[in-house]
Amino acid sequence: MLRRLVFAGQLLFTLLVAAFLIVPAALSMLAGVTVNYFRGIRSGVTLEWMVQVWELYADTIFRSFEVAFATLVLTLIVGVPAAYALHVRGGRLSRLIEEIITLPLAVPGLAIALALLLTYGGFGAFRGSWLFIVAGHVVFTLPFMVRAVMAVFAAIDVKILDESAASLGASPWRRFRDVIAPNAKPGILAGSLMVVTLSLGEFNLTWMLHTPLTKTLPVGLADSYASMRLEIASAYTLIFFIMIIPLLVAMQMLGREKRSAA
Amino acid sequence: MSLAARFRLRASNATGSGAAFARLCLLPLAIVVAAFFVLPMVRLVGVGAGGPKGLAAYAAILIEPRYRATLINTVVLAAVTTIASLLIATIAGLFLQRNRFPGHAFLVAMLTFPLAFPGVVVGFMVILLAGRQGLIGDVSLRLTGSKLVFAYSLGGLFLGYLYFSIPRVILTIMAAVEKLDPRLEEAARSLGAGPWAVHRDVILPALVPAFVASGAIAFATAMGAFGTAFTLATNVDVLPMLIYTEFTLAADLAMAAALSVGLGLVAWAILALARSFAGATVAAAG
Amino acid sequence: MSAGVAVRLEACAKTFSDGTRALEPVTLEIARGETLVFLGPSGCGKTTTLRIIAGLEAPDAGGRVRFDGEDVTNIPIERRNVGMVFQSYALFPNMNVAENIGYGLKIRGVGRTERSARIQELVALTGIAGLERRKIDQLSGGQRQRVALARAVAPRPRVLLLDEPLTALDASLRERLRGELDRLLRSLGITAVYVTHDQAEAMVLGDRIVVMRHGAIAQIGTPREIYFEPVSRFVAEFVGAANIVEGTASDGAVALPGGRIPVQLGVAGKITLMLRPETIAVVVPDAAELHGRVETVTFVGDRQRIVIAGAAARPLLVDAPNTIAAAPGERVGLRIDPTRIRMLPEKNTE
Repeated sequence: MLRRLVFAGQLLFTLLVAAFLIVPAALSMLAGVTVNYFRGIRSGVTLEWMVQVWELYADTIFRSFEVAFATLVLTLIVGVPAAYALHVRGGRLSRLIEEIITLPLAVPGLAIALALLLTYGGFGAFRGSWLFIVAGHVVFTLPFMVRAVMAVFAAIDVKILDESAASLGASPWRRFRDVIAPNAKPGILAGSLMVVTLSLGEFNLTWMLHTPLTKTLPVGLADSYASMRLEIASAYTLIFFIMIIPLLVAMQMLGREKRSAA
Repeated sequence: MSLAARFRLRASNATGSGAAFARLCLLPLAIVVAAFFVLPMVRLVGVGAGGPKGLAAYAAILIEPRYRATLINTVVLAAVTTIASLLIATIAGLFLQRNRFPGHAFLVAMLTFPLAFPGVVVGFMVILLAGRQGLIGDVSLRLTGSKLVFAYSLGGLFLGYLYFSIPRVILTIMAAVEKLDPRLEEAARSLGAGPWAVHRDVILPALVPAFVASGAIAFATAMGAFGTAFTLATNVDVLPMLIYTEFTLAADLAMAAALSVGLGLVAWAILALARSFAGATVAAAG
Repeated sequence: MSAGVAVRLEACAKTFSDGTRALEPVTLEIARGETLVFLGPSGCGKTTTLRIIAGLEAPDAGGRVRFDGEDVTNIPIERRNVGMVFQSYALFPNMNVAENIGYGLKIRGVGRTERSARIQELVALTGIAGLERRKIDQLSGGQRQRVALARAVAPRPRVLLLDEPLTALDASLRERLRGELDRLLRSLGITAVYVTHDQAEAMVLGDRIVVMRHGAIAQIGTPREIYFEPVSRFVAEFVGAANIVEGTASDGAVALPGGRIPVQLGVAGKITLMLRPETIAVVVPDAAELHGRVETVTFVGDRQRIVIAGAAARPLLVDAPNTIAAAPGERVGLRIDPTRIRMLPEKNTE
């Protein structure tokens, strides 16, 4: 009897917490398609707000994807080989390098943005382009890619694979191409999802780095929260949710797959 | 031995050509990190000390009453958020890991999705919940006749911070609960310990590393959170907002830089402390 | 020291929620103070049975567990007053040795002085004096095992349950601790249920042995009964090396490729014989009715293992004194004492 009560109590608590997290999100999604928020859902459902958001902010949506994609490509090129090198070499230097690339996670985005502005603010062309934002995003998401790939390397003991391929005569490049990279796929996938999700939702850095010509979606969101009516801000938020939730679902499924395979 | 020489010596652990290849693999990383992180950060420290106040700017955060008040606000808010998140996440996390029922996976997903929401969106949702036209305001108006609006106060800020902290903490806690050795609990039960004693003597002590790890991340994140405070535009000053206003409104580069470095140091110190305590690497959640 | 209770299992079976049938209905009695050993390969159901007695698993509907006649089936482990030693010891890392040992007493509300005294008693009994303040991770495998034992025994449980407690140790340590465990169990006089896959452990520690296979009991008996009178081929081969010989008996003997083996008079028809390696003697060919050719000779130290081909359908394993000179290829005679031949019951030749 007591056990049943405890179970019910814990379930209720957990449901309340879940409600706390979900209800506002659902509310905002609903507001994005409601004719008039103050009158509630009774006033009707419409896509008019979404259309308006598209007219106002379509460029931010495209730019967010651009930036996320560029960030992904860069983190792949930079991060995957680096993860390999760090894992295979090990030792104190590797750990030091890992520490350094993980620092951006401890330092607030604001500080990193400020630092970037101070250093590259003078390079007009670079500073004004969307690549400047990509640079910030890469610094911030790199540790996630590197760590995800290194985790897979550790789990499958890639050193042994590397050594046996070497014993069969393969050069380092061949080993990387034929043995290392293919086996790192799950880590690359997990890292990629992480990088894209983080980039799409990044605000702290981007707000400081952006110019009126290089706005991303979260920056646009902040604009709309300050200056637009509630329904438009909600519709805009809804679009953001639509972009990001499939990625989150994919990450969840990937995580569950990994756990059931282990 | 110079750093380069030591680098070469370490690299020779691998086979001859392998060492060169490894170095090649690290080159892009070295360039990107040096150019876009190390160099700017060094520059930041320099600028922070280069203003009219000089190095004293770094001490200003502790000395000047306005800055100090902001610092205390931020630290207290972050601390309270961390403790509350840990409590909530432990209760919910233990429950979810130990019980399976239809809808379990869905519930877990619901609790961890908000991980990716940026601070601005969280701020917006707090407004929807507790703002002037918020849900809570409506409900309280209907129930008690007076509208409860707290989105723009410390309460609203706390709510927002809680919102993005819980998913992070709960993931780490759940992972740790999964790794608990059931044999320890069985041993305690075989010695006569009831459920409460088992929690007190076996489960919670075993979760302490997870508490420290996730608590440190939650604290560091809350300290550096900007988007939520920005959207809520509260009267309550937190450090990131102060940095922002110093930079944009007061154009006091040096102060902004000094405060940023200070904030960064505090956050890094907390994480390093937690890591040395817990031993294992503190993985950023999510 | 109480001698513990008599344990009775009535028709206890176990099917897990994923459909695995871990245990077929088992009924058995354990006498007060007896040490019963469950022996068998992994997956045979021995650990499941132990956990049912402990109260960590509930038997399927209809199964009952009784301690001295009292039905404890529905009593959870924390109120069953059993002592349990796990394979991995499960010592609490947040407590030192003394605190671990005293935990069961603390739960029962025993006062500090009395608890201290009892802890000291057990520390002396298990031979870990001086380690009381140590943290768990500073102990060796053998020390951990002793702490686990002390902790389980401290609250004076009615039954002591041990789940492969020596498996995690290396061979020489295992042998030494086996002897100590045997002495300890005898001095405590407690009812003990011991699970192992190691046949030597079972022989040394068990008053009776339950050999299990595929979730069912293959045979229950004293170590001697199990060894000398196995009821099936499986049991015969599990508790020691066994030569299984099949043939047809007539005129008081079984004809084999290499000669004949004498059997009891009156036995006729198809039979299966089990011969332990130590019951076959290697002699000069003329002195025996059975002959074969030496295939391999392995010098083990205190004896030699000789494999003889051609005597029976399959090679015979023979344990010979280490002084006999036998070379591979040599033709030898095999003398078998007919009183030490075991006939396996017809229906149980599997």
